[in-house]
Amino acid sequence: MAETITATTEQVLTPKDFATDQEIRWCPGCGDYSILKQVHTILPQLGLKQENIVFISGIGCSSRFPYYTETFGMHSIHGRATAVASGLKAARPDLSVWIVTGDGDGLSIGGNHTIHLLRRNFDVNILLFNNEIYGLTKGQYSPTSPENKVAKSTPFGSIDHPFNPIALALGADATFVARSMDRDPAHLQNMLLRSYKHSGSSFLEIYQNCNIFNDMAFESYTEKSTKKDEALFMVQSQPLVFGANNEKGIKLDGFKPVIVNLEEGASKNDLWIHDEKDMVKAQIISRFFDHVDFEGHLPRPFGVFYQTARPTYEEMMSQQISQVIANKGLGKLDKLIAGGETWIIE
Amino acid sequence: MADQITIQELEEAVIKFAGDSGDGMQLTGTQFTNNSALFGNDLGTFPDFPAEIRAPIGTVAGVSGFQLHFGSKEIYTPGDICDVLVVMNSAALKANINNIKKGGIIIANTAGFDAKNLKLANMTSNALEDDSLSNYQLIKMDITRMTRESITDLQLGMKEKDRCKNMFVLGFLYWMYNREMDNTIKFLNEKFGKKPEVLEANIRVLKAGYSYGDTTEQFTTRYKVDKAVMPAGTYRSIMGNQATALGLVAASKKSGLPLFLGSYPITPASDILHDLAKYKSFGVKTFQAEDEIAAITSAIGASFGGSLAVTTTSGPGMALKAEALGLATVLEIPLVIINVQRGGPSTGLPTKTEQADLFQAYYGRNGECPIPIVAAQSPSDCFNAVFEACRISVQHMIPVILLTDGYIANGAEPWRFPKESELAEIKIEFAKPMAEGEKFMPYARDEKLSRPWAIPGTKGLEHRIGGLEKQNITGNISYEPENHEFMVKLREEKVDRIANYIPEQKIDSGPAKGKLLVLGWGGTYGALKAAVRQLNEEGFDIAHAQLRHMRPFPKNLGEILNNYDKILIPEINNGQLVKIIRDKYFIDAMAYNKIQGLPFFKSELMDKIREILK
Ligand SMILES: Cc1ncc(C[n+]2csc(CCOP(=O)(O)OP(=O)(O)O)c2C)c(N)n1
Ligand code: SF4
Ligand SMILES: [Mg+2]
Repeated sequence: MAETITATTEQVLTPKDFATDQEIRWCPGCGDYSILKQVHTILPQLGLKQENIVFISGIGCSSRFPYYTETFGMHSIHGRATAVASGLKAARPDLSVWIVTGDGDGLSIGGNHTIHLLRRNFDVNILLFNNEIYGLTKGQYSPTSPENKVAKSTPFGSIDHPFNPIALALGADATFVARSMDRDPAHLQNMLLRSYKHSGSSFLEIYQNCNIFNDMAFESYTEKSTKKDEALFMVQSQPLVFGANNEKGIKLDGFKPVIVNLEEGASKNDLWIHDEKDMVKAQIISRFFDHVDFEGHLPRPFGVFYQTARPTYEEMMSQQISQVIANKGLGKLDKLIAGGETWIIE
Repeated sequence: MADQITIQELEEAVIKFAGDSGDGMQLTGTQFTNNSALFGNDLGTFPDFPAEIRAPIGTVAGVSGFQLHFGSKEIYTPGDICDVLVVMNSAALKANINNIKKGGIIIANTAGFDAKNLKLANMTSNALEDDSLSNYQLIKMDITRMTRESITDLQLGMKEKDRCKNMFVLGFLYWMYNREMDNTIKFLNEKFGKKPEVLEANIRVLKAGYSYGDTTEQFTTRYKVDKAVMPAGTYRSIMGNQATALGLVAASKKSGLPLFLGSYPITPASDILHDLAKYKSFGVKTFQAEDEIAAITSAIGASFGGSLAVTTTSGPGMALKAEALGLATVLEIPLVIINVQRGGPSTGLPTKTEQADLFQAYYGRNGECPIPIVAAQSPSDCFNAVFEACRISVQHMIPVILLTDGYIANGAEPWRFPKESELAEIKIEFAKPMAEGEKFMPYARDEKLSRPWAIPGTKGLEHRIGGLEKQNITGNISYEPENHEFMVKLREEKVDRIANYIPEQKIDSGPAKGKLLVLGWGGTYGALKAAVRQLNEEGFDIAHAQLRHMRPFPKNLGEILNNYDKILIPEINNGQLVKIIRDKYFIDAMAYNKIQGLPFFKSELMDKIREILK
């Protein structure tokens, strides 16, 4: 009897449990659908209670995400999801806090909060939906749009030099930095799980297709015909290889990465072995950011660039408080209000 | 010799200590203040420092001052004009010469009037030597030399020795006002306990200043200001920002909610952050954010998580928080926003006071965005005001703005502080877990129109909130035309209903009906009260009321306004409350404004009132 009660209360969650009754308003074919699906797929695997999960977003198409996810959620204001989440995590370290942001939301108007969150290392998961465009405001270029991009606000092509989000996150001393894409569900699920498992700020850039205002922006990495040659999947302790038959590899020539061909005499033993713990290598590989048309260009890396352990902000905050209480005892309000010197008037 | 000295009894006195930023005038003033408080005087203080931390030495821009008004009667202000002015250099005299009574005493450090100092102060002739100060009692002393001489044998550098000269002044004034010096000696022991030479130097110089008064035949009068008759109780000296920090901790304790402060440093609000950062043993979490936007939005996050969430700032920071204030309004979550007002617009007068952010608090957001406003009226009152702001915020599920100002934030007064047991409980209840199959309604409301505070971690309460317009009760996004109008009116009504849960407006001084009501708000309290009381004594039929609740107003305010022939609204701005009152009550309220970064003087208010009643 008692056993059956436990069995029913310890209910096992399924992806369906994370769907809400709200009608999803993204354009048909938008990459956001896939990301939502992969998140709903992994959430039940985390062993968390639904009520202990919070999704915080800013403003943008991507930031509609919390409305479609049956957890606690806040659709805040443009660019500030990272700051809202920082306060929530500081106040409530017990919660699993997820941030959904866009390339405009998290790197333009909210760029400041993003870098500060990363250096502080709150244990939260940032999902940066990068579609290299402002979707919600109908197609202006964003801080990740490539130079020369023709968009609504750049009829003659953009003269803005784009951010490299991965390099930016590394520069801000993020403790977990990874990239994935909407069109590779297995890889995305894997990266979401890795983000979750990391203790500290996880920065996951997700290439997301905006089929209305910036269709095919990531085509070369997502289309079958080009993916093998253009996308480089990093695997821990494995050599960096790519190509239709994994025939190509990356070798370090001093600090300079070069492409070698294993079928043309290069040895697997000479290849760069991926090491997520190596900051110097992470810095180099984060710079594989050139365009497909570039002569001698390098493939775009996906996977975990870097992971390191550093105490989280909220842990240190709580520790300081416990330390002071251990040393001085719990504060007494009467004593605090009275302050140093008092006098009595009769 | 001693018997040639007469002791003159005074009811009150105003002293101003003025010198270069590096001369230690704030410390001297604070010590004399504490001494007076411990002795039993009532008092008010007004520190006034330059905007630059290290303005060029010896210049007028670098003058730092501390004014203290103490008495054996009730004291409401730091005093209009001083009886005694201490000037450590030429610039200090130049900056304050209009601030001393005719016939008042000027104590001048002659070493600060050499050719170099005169030039730095742009003074063409030495005021101590020409007869430009003939209207005052001038006491010249070479404080620098006497300080050095009293500690010649100590192994300290000249700079360190000269740093003691403020103690000479302090010792001399202790002699002049017949004071014990124990509290200062104790203070020095605590401050310099680890540096015996420095400690010895300071104590010796302090005593040298005292005996200088005693042994020099130059001085024939000493003064005595008796204890004030004040309500019995235990007192301490308190500054406004300190009181705000304490009030927040008290509200946290009395509500059982953990305190979270998100803040970005800005003068004159930073001290609240500094103080709260020390109170870790109360579980207080302080977060120095990367900017004011992160400060308020992090507080919104903490509030969503169930903290008593607060953000502190001054005008420019308030401007940056505007969008997030709108978010908090639509989310309908508790949040206390403290604006320690300073002179504006833009960077304005960072170290000077002003009340010019009332419109900003009322209207400074996009859309229809009413936010309740509470104002503090004196240094110690910051405690009560912030406690009240917290109460309204968490009980009504609404952001609340608290307005204080630089004048009360840095001013000090004696405070008969409350005991924890005397403070009211702030009752709050988080939404309870839902049973299986029940659906939680995040925007369901109680009689206050307040919605449930449903914090993450509570089973069955998963819900999404955001800045998009909502449907009432369900909280779902709604773009329905009628719904928006309904929600705008509902949020306004929610603010208005707070009037049912706040005390009625009281008349502070004067009759319940009469010729004139002086209506004030915030930090002008002391000056308005002092002016009206004195005019009452002179037989004028006038009254004074000071508003604590600026939005909504107390329910009986309209009635009160009708009980007087005329309404005068003095403000340290270009006329803000007066416009709101005219708009709301359709009355011909008169404005009286001062916009100089300075508080009102009692005398100018009295002149204005006399003129009106002529
Ligand atoms: C303060 C403010 N400024 C501007 C906007 C308008 N705005 C909304 S979303 C957005 C850009 C969104 O781009 P991104 O973050 O890349 O999200 P996406 O829609 O592409 O997912 C802008 C400029 C706003 N809502 N608030
Ligand atoms: S505009 Fe682009 S990003 Fe936004 S929903 Fe449509 S396809 Fe997706
Ligand atoms: Mg975008």
